[in-house]
Amino acid sequence: MEIERVDQIIEKHHGEASNLLQIMLDIQSENNWLSKQALARVSEKLSVPMTRIQHIATFYKAFSLVPKGRHKVHICMGTACHVRGATRILDTVEDATGIKPGETDLDLKFSLETVNCLGCCALGPVMEVDGKVHGKMSPVKASSALKTYE
Amino acid sequence: MGDIQFEIDGQTVTADPGMTVLEVAQREGIFIPTLCHHEKLEPFGGCRLCIVEVEDRGWTKYVVSCVFPAAKDIKVKTRSEKVDRLRKTILELLMAHAPDAPQLTELAKVYGADPNRYERDPSFCIHCGLCVRYCAEVAQKHAIGFVDRGINKEISFVPEIAAQYCNDCKECFPLCPTSYLQAAFVYAQAMAFPGA
Repeated sequence: MEIERVDQIIEKHHGEASNLLQIMLDIQSENNWLSKQALARVSEKLSVPMTRIQHIATFYKAFSLVPKGRHKVHICMGTACHVRGATRILDTVEDATGIKPGETDLDLKFSLETVNCLGCCALGPVMEVDGKVHGKMSPVKASSALKTYE
Repeated sequence: MGDIQFEIDGQTVTADPGMTVLEVAQREGIFIPTLCHHEKLEPFGGCRLCIVEVEDRGWTKYVVSCVFPAAKDIKVKTRSEKVDRLRKTILELLMAHAPDAPQLTELAKVYGADPNRYERDPSFCIHCGLCVRYCAEVAQKHAIGFVDRGINKEISFVPEIAAQYCNDCKECFPLCPTSYLQAAFVYAQAMAFPGA
């Protein structure tokens, strides 16, 4: 992410230190992760110490300090999904993307996470991609669903 | 001087508005054990060891005196059976992390704390925040901060700032109750800015 874009986001929030969290969230949602350069720029512009930014960036799960893929894949491992074969879905997705939960592929296309419940147990097993819920998954359906993402 | 009158261990004391119970006690020479307190720093309320019993309008409650503001007519007890028991448990929990810290072993003798009561998890840092707060408030370099949260929370140096200032300062080193800070510094230096 270019420094100019970071500056624009800071400008949008009037460069106020009280908007730090919102600025970080904006950078995260646009860039999918918080680079050291971007955070250093935020620290400098808002005159907020780097230690505080680090503390916040590591406190909230919404932030990532390592690059994340363009598409976030969440596989539900909750009880209902588990008994309906979530592990098979996970295996399929791991094979299709070549990554394990918590990892990101080299093209920065997918990031894979397991979650413990997405709250729609009737649709199990559930896979969520970028917030869109894919319910009643089978290994075949899961791998074809992944193919629709660029 | 002093508009607020109250009692600590039966002794009548006076305080200015905004003073904490701990400040008043220390001025009067009444001992309350502390780990995360430092006179140059803002109260933190991190170690909970300065917990005392406060009787306010007939109600008894347990508060940490370093952040509890002095109030009119309260009766503070710096030791009681329950206060001692609370401190003992706090010490035992802290000692699961730093079993051999001198200040902790000293206090453990007083309160009869058993260092082995809880399963050991020697992280050595007890999150008193002295180094972090000293660097931010007194040294004003912000070279060290907390990262992560919950059981994973730990102190972490910002390499760029630490490389520049820490070797000439090191004022936070003697503050650390467990010596973990020194270890963290040597480790950070070796990993991130060797020779700086």
